Amino acid sequence: MSFIFRTESLLNTSFLNFEFSKEQELLREQARAFLIQQCPTAAVRKILEGNEPFDKDLWRKIADLGWLATVIPEEYGGLGLSYYELAVIAEELGRALAPIPFSSSVYLATELLLRNGTPEQRREWLPKIATGEVIGTLAVAEDIGRPTPQTIHTVARNGSISGRKIAVPDGDVVDFVIVLVRCEHGNGTSLYLVESNDFSHEVVATIDPSRSHANLEFKDSCGELIGADGFGWEMVNDVFDRAAVLFAWEQVGGTQSTLDQATDYAKSRYAFGRPIGSFQAIKYKLANMYVKHTLARSNCYYGTWTLAGDHADLRLAAATCRVSAIQAFHYASKENIQTHGGMGFTWEFDCQLYYRRAKLLALNLGSEHWWQDRLITAHEQRNQAA
Amino acid sequence: MDFNDTEAEASFRKEARNWLHDNVPSKADLAGLDEVQQSKLWQRRKFDAGWACISWATEHGGRGASPIEQVIWQQEESKYDVPIGIFDIGIGMAAPTLMHWGTDSQKRKYLPPLASGEHIWCQLFSEPIAGSDLAGIRSRAIKAGDDWVLNGQKIWTSGAHYSDFGIIVVRTDPTVPKHEGLTYFFVDMKSPGIEVRPIKQISGSSNFNEVFLQNVEVPDVNRLGAVGQGWKVSITTLMNERAALGSGGGDVGFNSLFELANQLTIEGRPAIDDSLVRGALANWYCQESGLRYTGYRALTALSRGETPGPEHSISKLVGASKLQDMASFALDLLEMAGSLANVECAQYFDTFLNSPGFRVAGGTDEIMLNILAERVLGLPQDVRVDKGIPFNEVPTGT
Repeated sequence: MSFIFRTESLLNTSFLNFEFSKEQELLREQARAFLIQQCPTAAVRKILEGNEPFDKDLWRKIADLGWLATVIPEEYGGLGLSYYELAVIAEELGRALAPIPFSSSVYLATELLLRNGTPEQRREWLPKIATGEVIGTLAVAEDIGRPTPQTIHTVARNGSISGRKIAVPDGDVVDFVIVLVRCEHGNGTSLYLVESNDFSHEVVATIDPSRSHANLEFKDSCGELIGADGFGWEMVNDVFDRAAVLFAWEQVGGTQSTLDQATDYAKSRYAFGRPIGSFQAIKYKLANMYVKHTLARSNCYYGTWTLAGDHADLRLAAATCRVSAIQAFHYASKENIQTHGGMGFTWEFDCQLYYRRAKLLALNLGSEHWWQDRLITAHEQRNQAA
Repeated sequence: MDFNDTEAEASFRKEARNWLHDNVPSKADLAGLDEVQQSKLWQRRKFDAGWACISWATEHGGRGASPIEQVIWQQEESKYDVPIGIFDIGIGMAAPTLMHWGTDSQKRKYLPPLASGEHIWCQLFSEPIAGSDLAGIRSRAIKAGDDWVLNGQKIWTSGAHYSDFGIIVVRTDPTVPKHEGLTYFFVDMKSPGIEVRPIKQISGSSNFNEVFLQNVEVPDVNRLGAVGQGWKVSITTLMNERAALGSGGGDVGFNSLFELANQLTIEGRPAIDDSLVRGALANWYCQESGLRYTGYRALTALSRGETPGPEHSISKLVGASKLQDMASFALDLLEMAGSLANVECAQYFDTFLNSPGFRVAGGTDEIMLNILAERVLGLPQDVRVDKGIPFNEVPTGT
């Protein structure tokens, strides 16, 4: 994406190129065409209803396309592309509701290693993540309620990790997990990488079974410190900001396909002798979906710019993306069911897929309320810095 | 990635910036002038130097600038608090309609004085009986020789009392369905038979007028488009209106509310620490920033020469409600003192009373939603019981 914009701090630039580049739009077309073929809602439903934790065939294919390697530098076996390309892919995966551990391995594990791993750690893991040979994730939550450094009880002792993590996305299928723990010395928290042969997992039922989750149990598990000891919470927050932009693109993509589904149905379903889409009660729902979707999408443009350029505004922009994308997808997915009437809440109709995914994505990185609070905090910090 | 202007754009921006720096009117220049005089002074100064309506052709008083240069100019001019609002209708709406539908002699005669600020135009569209259903207007024009004679009443006309011309849609044939019997003219506002009466709004101020037309003679050369084609011509005007209308935020927005919440306390703690306050402010921040970046995306499209589309309705739709909600929220933060008209936060009090108008002016929220649903999402039109029926047989409830 080559876009230009102006804020108070960037008076010498304009914003007349606020759009993705032609090459990026071409990537989008290819990704969309591929996913229409390879990831119809029937494929999502197969994971939702079956015993497979994710669509392994699709995973193999997107690995072959290089999507897992998008932002990984070439020296680590990646493509060395920008976050604009990754944003394009994220939107299309979100649109297709792809039932694969992409967000865990790419937005979380890859980012944590890229930002905080030693050169050895990056050399060891990133090339394998890039090919899809290994999958990684991040484990934060230990209990019900908002995580803070104080709610982390998993401990590290002489490099051994003990404790329990819950609701870990893809915790049942990963090859390694990066765990937030109480650090060995002092009051802080740290991050440790633990390989999957060294912890036990229990698959848990979630609100969206098309994306598997697990609770993890660590008993003197062998861990390798990632990043600075005592700064685990800061690193998690940093990667959450980055992942929030990419999650938001998935949410924007999901909102778009929800809106498409609702619009198609409203045009073809007749009641009182007319298409229900001719009634203003239905029109206003769909127009409001479009409005929320557009605002969230536009916020994502700016968020991606701050992500790609490591701009100081990233924290605020990420929270803005996330809050507006959560709201857009939630609104669209619930009003899509309402538009479909009784059939909307049946197992048979696909409305449930969007409704489930919208809530899962809204919870995976922490709730709307938490991110509203982060947004205002980021604004306060920006003002203090100014 | 290309965050900067091209060389040519940068040089144009510099030229614009330098000229503005040297020529924006000082306080002394404007002292003692009313809003109309101030606006005319600035417009004339721009015109004389070739900076008025720069995207217009030179023979129409412009500079033949490209769309991207037009956007750059607007960006640079908007950094100054210069008086330009009174030309919104003439330059922003009437002129594009003239360019699209006018004859060569109409363009030659009327566009240059618009560019120079000599002429101010107003809009005579809505009627007491026809607002959202604009095509239901009842003011009549009857042909008398070469001229037309207009009778009826128009409403919500900003600036009618200081305008030189008004664009007007009237019914020329009531025996055909409503969209087919309309014709578009422009009328000299000093013509005999025009009476302008200000309307007092909730806020007590009077930004709008009623305009009464009694046997007003309009020459046929003041017609735009064919007889009976008035609806189509009006759409050109309205599309440009929606592109021009901002949210009208003024001094009420996220930043002002954030500041207020830092000054006030709730039970001894800063109001900004209250989680409900934080949540509400975060939502408005998301809307404001979403609108800003939607605007940038639209500008990108405009700078490529695309014309404004119906998606511009979002800005007004979201912005107006946000303003109303923010003003109401700010008054709540003041608790019982929020009811007082003369508190320090008068802008919230004023906005609370003014903002209902923003949700109606230029197309109501409901019309905006209909436009998005029908023209963007492609949903079918609502059932219209007046469809295909001669206008004079349509039920009116009276």
